[in-house]
Amino acid sequence: MKSDILKITNKKFKSRLIVGTGKYKNMKECAKAIKISGAEIVTVAVRRVNISDRSKPLLMDYIDPKKIMYLPNTAGCFTSKDALRTLRLAREIGGWKIVKLEVLGDKKNLFPDMIETLKSTEVLTKEGFKVMVYCNDDPLMCKRLENSGASAIMPLAAPIGSGLGIQNKINIKILRQQTKVPLIIDAGIGKASDAVEAMEMGCDAVLINTAIAKAKNPFQMAESMKLAVISGRKSFLSGSITPNLQGSPSSPKKGLI
Amino acid sequence: MNKKNKIKIVVNGSLLTVNTKFSLKNLIEKLKTPINKVAIELNDEIVNKKKLNKIYLKNKDKIEIVHFIGGG
Repeated sequence: MKSDILKITNKKFKSRLIVGTGKYKNMKECAKAIKISGAEIVTVAVRRVNISDRSKPLLMDYIDPKKIMYLPNTAGCFTSKDALRTLRLAREIGGWKIVKLEVLGDKKNLFPDMIETLKSTEVLTKEGFKVMVYCNDDPLMCKRLENSGASAIMPLAAPIGSGLGIQNKINIKILRQQTKVPLIIDAGIGKASDAVEAMEMGCDAVLINTAIAKAKNPFQMAESMKLAVISGRKSFLSGSITPNLQGSPSSPKKGLI
Repeated sequence: MNKKNKIKIVVNGSLLTVNTKFSLKNLIEKLKTPINKVAIELNDEIVNKKKLNKIYLKNKDKIEIVHFIGGG
């Protein structure tokens, strides 16, 4: 079988599971769950250094950015200005060019502000960033993002952290047909079956944070999601049968006693 | 204490009093910040980390020092 590689801009990955590093009890738990998940990309946030308490552990002490790609994310930004400032700082920390843009417009449901998101994508692309964009599942807006140079289209399945699974399957199917860059389901995955479903629909990857971090057993859930993504991808590549309303026996009729 | 030789700066939202002729490099050393793991902003402009020793702080300067933390 041909090796199945996920390519984002010029980077190649074997794992199609991207995980977030937020909401864990502590860094140790986070690092262990990520290791089990097999993820090669993790999202990270940019925040102020705690200047009064320097004993606090640093993320980089637990997750080596040389081994796992850090994907700086603008989570928590509500304007294009804040998102651009955050990503420019992220680039300064370590020279990262691949970033995840997330400009929110709705504090309650955390839906993206697509006008600000589109504006930011245009600016960042011109500045040389490779932008993976969190967006809603509107095919028109997603097309505009792609035309603006987005390196990956990352529609929500449901609100961030909700665990509701893919709510608008029709739109995801339309997005699958029209999207040439990687299509990555971001936000809303709750169970392994949600991840399988996304992959079976032909999505290139899924991004999961809360579903693993907040599971009663995050380590077991990390493994579950890893297997789900592999399983869903293989199912998609295998050419599943066409569903049929009528039954079809699995054993031959010939030779029946 | 001679106030003439002191300036007030704001680092990550906290007020700090330092000597005049205090560079950004002095500040980073004072805070024991691992320079390769952070980015620095001075009055909303990103600072080139290679030039920290040449940038002297002025009264009311606003400095932001950020790093990566866990996030979704």
